[in-house]
Amino acid sequence: MNQAITRAIADEMEQDPRVIVFGEDVAVAEGPFKTSEGLLATFGPLRVRDTPISETGFLGAAVGAAMTGLRPVTEIMFIEFMGVAFDQVVTEAALMHYLSGGRFEVPMVIRASVGSGLGFGCQHSQTLERWMLGTPGLKLAVASGARSAYGLTRAAIRDNNPVVILEPRSLYGEREDVDPGEQSIIELGTAEILREGADVTVLTLGQTVRVGLEAAESASWSGEVMDLRSLMPWDKKAVIDSVRRTGHLVIVEENQYTGGWGTEIASHVMAKAFSDLQAPVLRITAPDVPVPYGLALEQRFLPSPEYVTEQVAALLATKTAPEPWWEEFA
Amino acid sequence: MSQPDAKNDPVQRRLELSSNPVSRLERMMEIRLVEDRIQDLFAQGLVSGTTHTSQGQEAVAIALASATRPTDVVCCTYRGHGVALALGIKPESVLGEVLGRQIGCMGGLGGSMHLSDPDIGLLPTFAIVGAGTPVAVGAALQFATNQTDGVAVSVFGDGATNIGGFHEGLNLAAVWNLPAIFLCENNLYGEYSPIATTTAVTDITKRALAYDMAAETVDGQDVDAVLATIERAVDRARSGAGPTLIEAKTYRYVGHSRSDKATYRPEGELEQWLARDPIELFAAKLVANGELTEEGVQTIRQHQHDLIDVAAQTALASPPGSIPQMFAHVLAP
Ligand SMILES: Cc1ncc(C[n+]2csc(CCOP(=O)(O)OP(=O)(O)O)c2C)c(N)n1
Ligand SMILES: [Mg+2]
Repeated sequence: MNQAITRAIADEMEQDPRVIVFGEDVAVAEGPFKTSEGLLATFGPLRVRDTPISETGFLGAAVGAAMTGLRPVTEIMFIEFMGVAFDQVVTEAALMHYLSGGRFEVPMVIRASVGSGLGFGCQHSQTLERWMLGTPGLKLAVASGARSAYGLTRAAIRDNNPVVILEPRSLYGEREDVDPGEQSIIELGTAEILREGADVTVLTLGQTVRVGLEAAESASWSGEVMDLRSLMPWDKKAVIDSVRRTGHLVIVEENQYTGGWGTEIASHVMAKAFSDLQAPVLRITAPDVPVPYGLALEQRFLPSPEYVTEQVAALLATKTAPEPWWEEFA
Repeated sequence: MSQPDAKNDPVQRRLELSSNPVSRLERMMEIRLVEDRIQDLFAQGLVSGTTHTSQGQEAVAIALASATRPTDVVCCTYRGHGVALALGIKPESVLGEVLGRQIGCMGGLGGSMHLSDPDIGLLPTFAIVGAGTPVAVGAALQFATNQTDGVAVSVFGDGATNIGGFHEGLNLAAVWNLPAIFLCENNLYGEYSPIATTTAVTDITKRALAYDMAAETVDGQDVDAVLATIERAVDRARSGAGPTLIEAKTYRYVGHSRSDKATYRPEGELEQWLARDPIELFAAKLVANGELTEEGVQTIRQHQHDLIDVAAQTALASPPGSIPQMFAHVLAP
């Protein structure tokens, strides 16, 4: 996936001289996750820069550069580090277009690595979509592999709004065939059905895409697995259409239960497709605790394919939402 | 093989340092050996995630622990094994935490970047660059408010001086005249970037001018020099004379984190620093002073080796963090 991201940025830089790249160790060292290999060599130091450890400074600089004619692509190494620069994201970048009556645009991209599974501990393992969810003026997309990373990144760079792209860190090393070019650009706000199925819509995002697919592979039920890909905006039509076909919706989230992205989807589907649902919407999430350290605990924290298979089977059998594994501890 | 000294609780380990120069040598060796062991454990695939070790920077940690009291407060970073061990956390507890075992100082739930023990004043180490500095200012505010003579120390790297929280913290400590010490380990790099490429001033103490704060630069490889410098800052803080920024010029021998081969370093740089190794320098000094013989140094080294072997075995024998623990301590009662 890291190569696909690099390629997406390079392809846009090739076509549009306004695209510039900066972040911590993205230039000379070519990215902590090797997502900018060769960019400095190809595009030179005017367009590819290393920054100090100054997230407020460089995200703010991206806002200003974007408003005055450039198209910055910035990198936040771990999504948690956006915390120190949050003002620039949700209060500045997101509101400049609105506050100028539409006369300024903020065409900037913030890429950030997210997620658990690599044993980094609780300050380096979250997905944190919820920090941004519901911020008018921002777009938010989540990659689930090389192909979607390529398509979403190019779309984000072309977009005239601030776009945050979350990249599951555990997938950087994963390889998948990508067909670089215009045809592979993914329109922000569109979901994709990765596996068709009749019994239940399994809605996934980021790292849980693989979990959902794997669960559906070996299950007794027939799952329609969707990669939501974008959260702001999200593909309401694709989700509702699928739920109308299957009559069941299961949302697999990496985040904790409270305030997870699935709550947004669930409430909308309940409002719009209540009569099509044959059972309650089921959200499969992590428990409401910090991401634990230690591989075994971390694996337990994340919904596993086996767990999803069981939970979905229980939902279909009983038409009620089964208790989560962590209920006894909560 | 010798047994680890069970009586040596963290506070005891801390107090011993202030009184005995030889123990400072022992404990610098301890840090080096524990961190080498941590790297071995990673190489053996026994640990996931990442770790940031501080080989080469041991003198700063030991001087800090020797100059302060267990009742003072320290906020440190993810590069914190050395400071944690120096302040008193036992090797098996640091190793256990890195391994995700219950014997770890966080019960295995925190990991390498999150070490802590309230008995010796170590707040959970901060994995977000710059986060610990304002927190240390808050601890200093507590001492000032309660009119006790405690001191709060923020330990951070050169790269951290480019983040807003650092500047806000220093200014706050200055205007409130707080008993705080800002201890910068300038190891010349922030991650893979040489300091000069990211930082407008390469002498960090220049930053103090902006806050009209006392500042001292010190050779970070000389444990006695660092100790004397921190002691002066501690005296200032305890006597109400306000905060100090200290810059210890030092070096990390290894890469930034586990996966970093440190190919960005100019040729010969590492060798120059290895030639001024803080442990070797101090051992030579103790021998020259007549406090130790060459054989004495060797005996200590071997003894530390044995202790760390035992500590590693103890840590590896401890069970992994448990599921119920995941749910404990999310909220205070
Ligand atoms: C806010 C924030 N940004 C970036 C990082 C990633 N990061 C961790 S350590 C580090 C380098 C810090 O350098 P320095 O302050 O010199 O300390 P050193 O690691 O050299 O001890 C970076 C960029 C982080 N943890 N937090
Ligand atoms: Mg540094």
